[in-house]
Amino acid sequence: MGFAAAVITFPGSNCDRDMAVAIEAITGGTVHRVWHGDAVLPERLDFIALPGGFSYGDYLRSGAMAARSPIMQAVVAEAARGVAVLGVCNGFQVLTEAGLLPGALLRNAGQRFVCRDVALTVGTSQSLFTSGWFKDQRITVPVAHHDGNYYADAATLDRLEGEDRVAFRYAEPVNGSQRNIAGVLNEAGNVLGMMPHPERMIEPAQGGSDGRVLFESVLRGLRVAA
Amino acid sequence: MKVRVHVSLKNGVLDPQGRAIHHALEGMGFAGIEDVRAGRLIELDVADSVTDEALDDMCRKLLANQVIENYRIEKVA
Repeated sequence: MGFAAAVITFPGSNCDRDMAVAIEAITGGTVHRVWHGDAVLPERLDFIALPGGFSYGDYLRSGAMAARSPIMQAVVAEAARGVAVLGVCNGFQVLTEAGLLPGALLRNAGQRFVCRDVALTVGTSQSLFTSGWFKDQRITVPVAHHDGNYYADAATLDRLEGEDRVAFRYAEPVNGSQRNIAGVLNEAGNVLGMMPHPERMIEPAQGGSDGRVLFESVLRGLRVAA
Repeated sequence: MKVRVHVSLKNGVLDPQGRAIHHALEGMGFAGIEDVRAGRLIELDVADSVTDEALDDMCRKLLANQVIENYRIEKVA
């Protein structure tokens, strides 16, 4: 069985094709493109990606409307079964709004849209998504967001750190995120949300290929598990 | 029935928008402003049969994100 992935497209998603191309190029698997209004996902998925963009024009709160779209019930159910779910940028916002990840993403502290390559440190190598890196390894991945300022109450932040669920931290000031958090894992470790865009850094022509490691890690992790 | 839902950021949650408004007001010469917090007002027009429980449900499930926001339901008429 080959690697099977789904990329969800919401109205206003704009990184869905980049995500599909990255997954296909790196895993050699099949990528199903799924519309937000669909009620069911393809069967036997290994991986579900929620892409970046501005779903529903960021109305109400970024990701709020998308989190209540029909397909998200299926995504929540698959996540509960242990299927790997990655949310990038707007996808991260959708995952927090859907309750799959703790916290929320507020307007950047500097109030400006930030669009540039940023230095990150890998928070843990003990996850499906980050096993190809060393803990504290410094990598470069682009960000492009207005609402990336990660917020959770102190008890939640302590728990995330205590349970080794901070996947990435900013290594430079970017958006005011609590404890410089750029990406977090759910309790079971099969759901990752992150503001930086690994799918935009997969080959030297894009300025670097640090993002590849995430997809390679998932592919290797799932092969070992299978 | 007209209903207003007032959504505001919880205490302690940074409000860059409020801060920008604060700075703008001071820049315009208004003095004595201690703090500014920006919220959101959502006006609903609902049938009289809609219960208080249903309104509360709407707030908790969509209109407010209780990780960062508080809400207050006001029935206007």
